[in-house]
Amino acid sequence: MSASDNEPREIDAHSGQATTGHEWDGVKELDTPLPRWWLYIFYATIVAAVIYWVLMPAWPLVNGYTKGVLNYSDRRIVMENVGALETARAADYARLRDASFDDIIADQSLQEFALAAGEAAFGDNCATCHGAGGAGAPGYPSLADNVWIWGGTLADIEHTITVGVRSGHPQARFSQMPAFGRDGLLAPRQIADVTEYVLSLSEARRRAAPDAAAAARGAIVYAEQCAICHGANAAGDRAQGAPSLVDDIWLYGGSREEVRRQIETGRGGVMPNWDRRFDPGLIRALAVYVYAQGGGEPDAPAPASSATETPAGE
Amino acid sequence: MDAMTSRTLPDDSHRIDVEAVNTPAARKLYKKRVQIYPKLVHGRFRAIKWAAMTVLLGIYYLTPWIRWDRPGAAPDQAVLVDFEGRRFYFFFIELWPQEVYYITGLLILAALGLFLVTALFGRVWCGYACPQTVWTDLYIHVERLIEGDRSARIRLDKAPWTLGKAARKLAKHGLWLLIAAATGGAWVFYFGDAPTLFREIFTGQASPTIYLFVGVFTFTTYTLAGAMREQVCTYMCPWPRIQAALIDNDALSVTYRADRGEPRGAHKKGTSWEGRGDCIDCNQCVAACPQGIDIRMGDQLECINCALCIDACDAVMRRIDRPIGLIAYDSPANVARRRRGERPKVRLVRPRTILYAVLLVAVAALMLTQLVNRQLLSLDVVRDRSPPFVRLADGSVRNNYLIKVINMAPAARTLALRVEGAPHADLASFAHETRDGAILVSARADAVTTLRVHVTAQRGAAAGPRDIAFVLRDPQTGEAIAESPSVFVGGGP
Repeated sequence: MSASDNEPREIDAHSGQATTGHEWDGVKELDTPLPRWWLYIFYATIVAAVIYWVLMPAWPLVNGYTKGVLNYSDRRIVMENVGALETARAADYARLRDASFDDIIADQSLQEFALAAGEAAFGDNCATCHGAGGAGAPGYPSLADNVWIWGGTLADIEHTITVGVRSGHPQARFSQMPAFGRDGLLAPRQIADVTEYVLSLSEARRRAAPDAAAAARGAIVYAEQCAICHGANAAGDRAQGAPSLVDDIWLYGGSREEVRRQIETGRGGVMPNWDRRFDPGLIRALAVYVYAQGGGEPDAPAPASSATETPAGE
Repeated sequence: MDAMTSRTLPDDSHRIDVEAVNTPAARKLYKKRVQIYPKLVHGRFRAIKWAAMTVLLGIYYLTPWIRWDRPGAAPDQAVLVDFEGRRFYFFFIELWPQEVYYITGLLILAALGLFLVTALFGRVWCGYACPQTVWTDLYIHVERLIEGDRSARIRLDKAPWTLGKAARKLAKHGLWLLIAAATGGAWVFYFGDAPTLFREIFTGQASPTIYLFVGVFTFTTYTLAGAMREQVCTYMCPWPRIQAALIDNDALSVTYRADRGEPRGAHKKGTSWEGRGDCIDCNQCVAACPQGIDIRMGDQLECINCALCIDACDAVMRRIDRPIGLIAYDSPANVARRRRGERPKVRLVRPRTILYAVLLVAVAALMLTQLVNRQLLSLDVVRDRSPPFVRLADGSVRNNYLIKVINMAPAARTLALRVEGAPHADLASFAHETRDGAILVSARADAVTTLRVHVTAQRGAAAGPRDIAFVLRDPQTGEAIAESPSVFVGGGP
């Protein structure tokens, strides 16, 4: 560095340390050596880095990277761990798949496994639309209440998860409400009348105060156009996926404006058929979890349950 | 000159050529260690120390092997910290993680106990019971067995390297490492089934964590007891600093009775004791000291009060026919009293010791009451917050709750769960039957049983939160066993 390699170096009188020979306006720099312990650790890290290059994946190449002689791969380890986890859980899922719902409810440990697995899968896949805890949102039915479009027994829920709604699955739950307004099936005046009638059917009348004369006119339109699916008593029909209109639970909102818009447009949402992605055991766990949110219906001779007897997942 | 000659010459030539390496004058912020060669002494306190070492090491090494029969799948180890199962077992006591305050209470008790004994008898903890002292004592004992006593060890260290010296050093360090490994090994036995772990460790099947901890404790034991010794007390330990606040003039501690010993000087047999003190300046007390101090310089933070200097001095006093106790458990107040010509007295009962004792008894009583009245069954309620409430088809409002019945008893128990404080509210659970407004819960033994319940209030329930309580009752007697408050959120009209 300095040209004074051969000359005796200047010693700083105050500290007794050699200087570097550099001088700035009379200020000289002491040539304090690096602490040995620091220097040796520094050398050791260099050696360690070279060893690391040899052993571990290190250098990027044009079409990949150096693999290292240990052939270490985080991705492979993760896949192995995931595989091991799946193998470890396979037995529990098999138990779940083969057990009847009564068995699952009766067996405390199986029930807890189903609820835990269901909760995790629900949070990852279902809560996006149905909300945490199955709270629901406009257009996405609440799974925590006791109102079901396609049935609320465990078997019904399992079948709905398996085949989906309007999903394209051959067995999918399917219903289609006509767009009475958009397609010109009803005149705006008639739609307004039916709206008043629908609002007068449930506790919604306390909010909306429907016009009695309009409702009376609407009742006639209802009988002609709507009763075929929603029923003459407006209690809905699960076989057709037609919701009840006499409770105050609304998929697309219960205000006058919202009800009218639904009659005009006849919206219907899509739920994927989860048999594409989930093991039947996990679908059963999800059904138990949804059921346990509180709205589940006890097993009854439900009309939809006959369809669920066929093993899902093809 | 050394131990051998001093023992053979009866009275006038005891003087050992030794200097205290650890003195206030020589103390810097850090000083490179000077090797200390403590000389073996015999006497009352050495005997107490041997006994304390045997008992304490015995407790440490053997406790994990004590078996204790417990019902069910609970482990049969008497003392076990089970991290995996989240339990702490101590003979008949089984603690759950939420009861960790017992450990806090135990630590408070230990601290108060330490305060009390320190105020009474000085640093007896340091001198007899501290692991640093016990293991150092053991290491010095091993060193002495292999390399001989003080003078032999000094000679060996000064001697040039020979095969014999290397063999001795190798044997010593080997034995030290063996003790260190056993110490680390015994530590991990407190955290797992000892016989299983023992087999796993030697067959290479134990987890890396086990080997890591054995390694760490082997390293620390070997380093702290083998190489650092008194430096741990002088530089690393906070206790020597704290003790100054706990010791007063009446606290007993290892004291050189300067009033009796001074003026000191070499003594020839047959000469008069008139006009001089009893200390013959033989330095036996310095040679015996494992901390490398001279007790005659007074109380100092390096002194661990191991009392080995008392044994060393008493032996000399007996040989020169003077009363023993030139160095003894005594207090600075007594030294001053004797100087004034008053009679010394031991004042164990002082405001400070009374305070510590009262606190100790109070905390111990509190903990014992707590332990005896410990509730083995408790209830925890977590209200679902998403959704905050659910409106049902008939307009009624439902809230969901996660109920955790914590049964710490070794037997299962059936209890009736009821919601109280909410008239016209129904309790239901998807997996349980509700009878007369109550759900029968079977709380599994030594486990947390969870169940989801739904509370439904009829239409018209007031909006806003209402205070309710979940109560677990004995189904037969109706006695309330556990209760947990919660709220019910109504949706309003």
